[in-house]
Amino acid sequence: MGLKVRVIPTLLWKGMGLVKGASFDSWRRVGPVLPAIKVYNRREVDELILVDIEAHAGNDDPDYRELDALGADCFVPLTFGGGITRIGQVEQLLRSGADKVSVNTAAYSEPSLIGSIAARFGAQCVVASIDARGSAETGWECFSHAGGEPTGRSPAHWARELVDRGAGEILITSIDRDGTMQGYDLALVETIVSAVDVPVIASGGAGSYDHMVAAVADAGASAVAAASIFHFTEMTPAGAKQAFEAAGLPVRQSYLEDGAD
Amino acid sequence: MRIGIVDYGIGNLGSLRRALTLMRFDAQFVTEPAALDSVDRIILPGVGNFADCAASLRLAGWDEGLRQAVSENGKPLLGICVGMQLLASHSTEGNDADRSPHGLGFIPGHVRHLRQEGSAERAPHVGWNSVEPSPSAGAIFAGIPEGTDFYFVHSYVFRPDDATHVVAQTRYGAPLPVAVRRGRVFGTQFHPEKSSRAGMRLLRNFAETPWD
Repeated sequence: MGLKVRVIPTLLWKGMGLVKGASFDSWRRVGPVLPAIKVYNRREVDELILVDIEAHAGNDDPDYRELDALGADCFVPLTFGGGITRIGQVEQLLRSGADKVSVNTAAYSEPSLIGSIAARFGAQCVVASIDARGSAETGWECFSHAGGEPTGRSPAHWARELVDRGAGEILITSIDRDGTMQGYDLALVETIVSAVDVPVIASGGAGSYDHMVAAVADAGASAVAAASIFHFTEMTPAGAKQAFEAAGLPVRQSYLEDGAD
Repeated sequence: MRIGIVDYGIGNLGSLRRALTLMRFDAQFVTEPAALDSVDRIILPGVGNFADCAASLRLAGWDEGLRQAVSENGKPLLGICVGMQLLASHSTEGNDADRSPHGLGFIPGHVRHLRQEGSAERAPHVGWNSVEPSPSAGAIFAGIPEGTDFYFVHSYVFRPDDATHVVAQTRYGAPLPVAVRRGRVFGTQFHPEKSSRAGMRLLRNFAETPWD
């Protein structure tokens, strides 16, 4: 009962297909996008995040037509991220099947973008994404441009500012842990959870169901995002949910229709 | 059965139409109030800011068009998310002097922030949460067991003045009204079009039931 823990597969989109890397580098192709979305939709995943990891490099608009085709088979919430710099793009993205947008790089140079999107489309539509490097000992730093550029900002302060400006959720990714499957940076997640009062999605490093449970039970995340574990292992979102349930955390049950049709 | 989805320039309408089309309903976007005449049932979507949505509705004369379709022609109407909140008389969101915070007033009541409803949980309320239909909910929840999870993403809550207009509740720090009904006017705070098969069932119930 009550609000469920969300298990969110992250699909990284580069050029024509899905990829997965390690520490935001050395990308491996893992297959086409559409069949992946169809499979996740059929398995009733809680939500999907689709990120165009090349978008920040160019000044191109997102590929709305492609997104429209992808969204056609998606009846669970879809968050789109990558290269969003203007409010007009957000309107188009929402029309093309996205339910929420994730903003990362553009927020550093133009923080008011977060507020404009929230004012126009609501805070629930804005997922502010933060990529951070470092540790509890050395201190974390936010990086923009898919991990390429240091910003000098601390993730906790930046998260608070993004929420003050209107972000409805924070997606926190540890660059160091990304693709390593060694577990989320729990201290980083906990820092963000304590800094803001919006839901926090943990990302970067999930390698086992226990890692996911720890992000919620120990670090206080509302949701867990993961890519490698679902691409490269036999582990599935459904398996993760069973692990949450075994740990006493509520997860969404598949809908079973009442009575005969 | 022709289902008209009110397209007043707000939000993601594509998934709603796809869900209805997949179930073989004739779903179309209605882009001007006069075109409401050509549909049998109406869905009013909405995301974002209440005052913006309300202003957009008023600008193009949707408020009058919908009133006519519902009150005079008896067409069933389903408001989703902010579309449900717009059924209310009034909201405290976006309550600037130059923007009208009034809704359509089809179901008397008020829209307030989760905090004002006594919820101390993280806001917005995002994710899948169990929905408890009331015994009087009727056919809109047909085939949907008590406690079925639906997808929510909202910071504001519509509480009708008359408690009998609430047909389902959800707990999130406090009991929240999440589905409403008054005659042929329905509203869900959750997103059936994003709630997978359970949501499809609710949409089908709305579209197929011969409402009195």
